[in-house]
Amino acid sequence: MDANKIHRHTIAVLVDNEFGVLARVVGLFSGRGYNIESLTVAKVDDMENWSRITIVTTGTMMVIQQIKAQLERLVPVHKIADLTIDGPSVEREMALVKVECKGEKRVEALRMADIFRARAVDTTETSFVFEVTGVRDKVKAFVNLMEPLGRIEVCRTGVVAVRRGNKTI
Amino acid sequence: MANQEMTGAEIVIKALVDQGVEVIFGYPGGAVLPLYDELFKQNSIRHILVRQEGGALHAAEGYARSTGKPGVVLVTSGPGATNAVTGLADALLDSIPIICLTGQVATHLIGNDAFQEADTVGITRPVTKHNYLVKSANDLAKTMHEAFHVATSGRPGPVVIDLPKDVQFEKGTYIPKTLVQHKSYKPQVKGDLKKIKEAVKMIAGAKKPIFYSGGGVINSGPKASKILTQLVRMTGYPITSTLMGLGAYPASDEQFLGMLGMHGTFEANNAMHDCDVMICVGARFDDRITGRLDAFSPNSKKIHIDIDPSSINKNIQVELPIVGDIAHVLEDMVKVWKSEVCKPDAAALTEWWKEIAAWRSRDCLKFKQESTVIKPQYALSRLQELTKDMDRYITTEVGQHQMWAAQYLTFEEPNRWMTSGGLGTMGYGLPAAVGVQIAHPDALVVDVAGEASTMMNIQEMSTILQYRLPVKIFILNNQYMGMVRQWQELMHGSRYSESYMESLPDFVKLAEAFGATGLRCDHVDNVDDCIKEMIETPGAVLVDMLVDQVENVYPMVPSGAAHNQMLLADDKAGVSPEVAEKGRALV
Repeated sequence: MDANKIHRHTIAVLVDNEFGVLARVVGLFSGRGYNIESLTVAKVDDMENWSRITIVTTGTMMVIQQIKAQLERLVPVHKIADLTIDGPSVEREMALVKVECKGEKRVEALRMADIFRARAVDTTETSFVFEVTGVRDKVKAFVNLMEPLGRIEVCRTGVVAVRRGNKTI
Repeated sequence: MANQEMTGAEIVIKALVDQGVEVIFGYPGGAVLPLYDELFKQNSIRHILVRQEGGALHAAEGYARSTGKPGVVLVTSGPGATNAVTGLADALLDSIPIICLTGQVATHLIGNDAFQEADTVGITRPVTKHNYLVKSANDLAKTMHEAFHVATSGRPGPVVIDLPKDVQFEKGTYIPKTLVQHKSYKPQVKGDLKKIKEAVKMIAGAKKPIFYSGGGVINSGPKASKILTQLVRMTGYPITSTLMGLGAYPASDEQFLGMLGMHGTFEANNAMHDCDVMICVGARFDDRITGRLDAFSPNSKKIHIDIDPSSINKNIQVELPIVGDIAHVLEDMVKVWKSEVCKPDAAALTEWWKEIAAWRSRDCLKFKQESTVIKPQYALSRLQELTKDMDRYITTEVGQHQMWAAQYLTFEEPNRWMTSGGLGTMGYGLPAAVGVQIAHPDALVVDVAGEASTMMNIQEMSTILQYRLPVKIFILNNQYMGMVRQWQELMHGSRYSESYMESLPDFVKLAEAFGATGLRCDHVDNVDDCIKEMIETPGAVLVDMLVDQVENVYPMVPSGAAHNQMLLADDKAGVSPEVAEKGRALV
């Protein structure tokens, strides 16, 4: 195995939903020079007061291993799972894409949206906001296709992911 | 009923008492006045007033390192907290358990740029093991107990508790420490027995083995040092130690090869380079140890015992990692070694010791004391000779003198050697000596120092005098920032940019101004008398030992070089241009 090969991993982190916890995680990445391709966070358990952070990161295997060990070391962190290693997982990302267009381009935009199963969640006579959900590449492809049609704004959530089957992290 | 209503400040002090705290180091200010008021009203905890908050941190580190107990610090908000940052970073890198209580402006003022406000939890987040901002007196007791648990367990480290002033006044309920348990923080103490068995097999089968021990052994407690010594003697294998690990294994023992790394001994570094099985015990393959990574011990299988999983495979890939507390893992190793009746390969070991003997015969620490100008190595060998049988603790500053102290002073037991290893903080030694002497009032505490480092926290002389601490400050004065000068000589064409200290004070008069005794020595024949006078003079003594200005620390593995490419004092070749080129960038 090539030790210098760069891998992309999706890591799920279960943390106490407390003051400053996101800053600890983000600070760890910036302080140690690790990459963040995307990061999502939200509270997932009201009873336990847990938040789940999904981080997509890149690095050599040694760096990925370090990232996990360093995350594990943070006091409010309960669990770490490397969804890329732990077996098949479902990954999704959502984007809201605003397109400004008229005439023929409006028709084309709607046709594209249909192919990508994107929904128009807002419309005016001169604009659409599309909601598209899927794996990163699909979202990226849709965002790119909207560019020549008058794309003026994009907002992406970053990846969320869970394991397939009945196993949890 | 154990639960009682009290003010936040009372809760803090009660929690400290319940945690067995006897001494705290601090400096008052507006945001901690309620706490200082509580301190005034009680007699269980002694407060040591430093002269700058940075001094409090290093004093607490010295206290912690020499006792095995956590060091406790109390400082005010804003500048009090920011002055503490260097000491926190120092304690983080050297894994020293510190509880640092910082005052904070009242909760309704936080974020308003109030007087003496700083985002303390934000600033200290990357330099602490963990930190807390307590916003309610009811959370205070739990947070205090949790902080002690986090600071002292697992891989120890500094923990900050930020205490807004209104929370110190607010009434809350006290919870005793036995009731506090953490949900997510549970460091692994016992090692995996299967891996331990595998490790013992690997150790027993080695032909050129070496133990490489570090500060983790000392953090694990005196028991860990005893078991390490037992295991090493059972095997008959050589052992070397990092700077932080000195004292974990008795230095006078024949199996001890001295310190390894950049200024380690020729025999230790060569043995590390040529070994076939390396047993790393509580050390972390730091860059000062490994030198060039791709040339570090290229032919060995490595076992790494560490309580911190993030230390494993961080710099060096190891074949067999064991996560756990050193004392526990080594204890299991000794048991397995005995129960499986392991025998080392005697013939191979004899050969290996022969190789080591050849390296040893280079006598890499020899130096020539020729003229009347005092060689720093000579001064330290005399200090060693004249104090070795005493109840002695050594602290150091950072630089050449620190490396010479590590080379020429020897330690037979743990917790006797306090030095800033990871962060390399100049100004550490003087305040650290305060903490050590507070913990060991009758012992001989010597701060081996350089004149440049001494100037960095000289104000703590005043603390030393206030508490009548008989600290001995042993300055090897070469009128240079010696290590900077050495690197400039070797790597930067002898261009001594800003490394010469002009306008140094008269250290003897300076000592006297503080109320201490000052001694000066500038002739080789007077070194012994000066050291004896230093020891015999009651109270604080500062020795200004004028030493050879241009002496360098050898042996040396230049940055960018491998362990078997050491420079020795009698090599006149110097650093090869290629290594110098790479080394400059590596620091």
